[in-house]
Amino acid sequence: MVVGERKPFEEIMKMLEGHKKVMVLGCGGCVTVCLTGGQDAVRVLSSQIRMARDKDGNPIEIIEKTVERQCDPEYVDQVQEIVPDVDAVLSMACGAGVQFMAERYTKTPLYPALNTTFVGGSVKEGYYVERCQTCGECKLAYTGGICPIARCSKSLLNGPCGGSTKGKCEIDPNVDCGWQLILDRLRDLDQMDRYEQILEIADWRTSRDGGPRKMIREDFQR
Amino acid sequence: MSGECKTDSRLEKLLRSGKFAVTGECGPPRGADPEVIRKKCALLKDKADAFNITDNQTSVVRMSSISSAVIMMQQGLEPVMQMVCRDRNRIAIQSDILGGAALGIKNMLCLSGDHQKFGDHPQAKNVFDLDSIQLIQTVRRMRDEGKFLGGEEIKGVPRLFIGAAENPFADPFEIRVPRLAKKVAAGVEFIQTQCIFNLKKFGEWMKGVVDRGLHEKVFILGGVTPFKSFGMARYMAKNVPGMDVPDELLQRMKDTPKEQQADEGIKIAVETIQQLKEMPGISGVHIMAIEWEEKVGEIAEKAGLLPRPTV
Repeated sequence: MVVGERKPFEEIMKMLEGHKKVMVLGCGGCVTVCLTGGQDAVRVLSSQIRMARDKDGNPIEIIEKTVERQCDPEYVDQVQEIVPDVDAVLSMACGAGVQFMAERYTKTPLYPALNTTFVGGSVKEGYYVERCQTCGECKLAYTGGICPIARCSKSLLNGPCGGSTKGKCEIDPNVDCGWQLILDRLRDLDQMDRYEQILEIADWRTSRDGGPRKMIREDFQR
Repeated sequence: MSGECKTDSRLEKLLRSGKFAVTGECGPPRGADPEVIRKKCALLKDKADAFNITDNQTSVVRMSSISSAVIMMQQGLEPVMQMVCRDRNRIAIQSDILGGAALGIKNMLCLSGDHQKFGDHPQAKNVFDLDSIQLIQTVRRMRDEGKFLGGEEIKGVPRLFIGAAENPFADPFEIRVPRLAKKVAAGVEFIQTQCIFNLKKFGEWMKGVVDRGLHEKVFILGGVTPFKSFGMARYMAKNVPGMDVPDELLQRMKDTPKEQQADEGIKIAVETIQQLKEMPGISGVHIMAIEWEEKVGEIAEKAGLLPRPTV
């Protein structure tokens, strides 16, 4: 899933300066799963904003709403009656959701309430970790199912570097060395011989270096 | 190992003629004053065969490796241009290789580079378009096949003697010989190792290297760094990732009165070199006297490595 983290409250308040009526719009997708942008998060953030603005003697009217997904025109359309009626929308979706909203509602300012942080998963409730950098050319078959691009701090395709110490990365003793994880797994799979195959220089065109990406299912285009 | 030189590097000539080589190191200044390098060069001249010019080591911004190397050559010393993958993509890397060779640089050391977290610009975006092994492949391809990575032909190939680093003390130990084998397969011609303090562990690594016959395919120069003080020894032991300083060495520095610690540090370095000279598969030493360039000559002298042979 796409993991997002709520922006600092002060930053959000600054974005809303001058607005008297806004919609705080949650997303029922990934950010609900990671507890930062769903219905509950909308309720909490809206209350916080109201309280802060009341305290300043500058009250704000907030419409709370959550749609199934903000990265889908069908669901984004569901708020078309509300948007013309507010000064601005504070979206609690990931960066993709905020942009789908902004593209659909061109006359209304759209603000992000989250920082979109990474593609990953939850190892336990409230604990999320990065696993994929969406490079567009999956190499997991060669590295024991552990990604060197996402898990090595230097994205080395032929690691580990000289800074790997007792299974940890040189940048932080709390960060696992991605290459140690790869090697442990290759050993478990009895595939250590794969280590000596040099991974070729990557073609980053499939990553964002090739420009904004698209994926089109021709069979669905009519 | 082939005795035939691929470049005009003096270091290559020495190594291929079977001489025990000595390399040193020169860190560029944090400013645009060329005098700093000239002064270091005056201290280093004739004390070793070639000298690494570090490339923004520990991710701290310094004068560029290429320009510092040119200033060094003007002083009559032979530089080894270090190049890290952290700060350049393949376009800039290949461009700098051409530029360095055009300016007369004959040796290059291919490194991944320290993470920018350690430096003075931790906010920077890193590149790592290639890694150190792929960088070795890149220079080899440019030099021996006369081709850019993109496949186009190079008019005027860069004739560089190609080196890399290897750290036998980083984890996991079991892949440290295979990792050297990967660098050899990529085409590396000489290796400078991480600072050796744990000779026993280094000996184990070298045994693995020799057992696989890798020492016949690549020249291995053992890395030696003198401790300036007990404080420095302790810092290296505790704070530098991938560094292995045995307790007995720490104790030896600690037990030495403060004013004699620098001498003791040099003594340890000289003893290390003497042991390395006897070790099968070792072709030379790389003396890294960090911001202590004036001691390289003393260490080389005491280890019986001076005067340096002419080729």
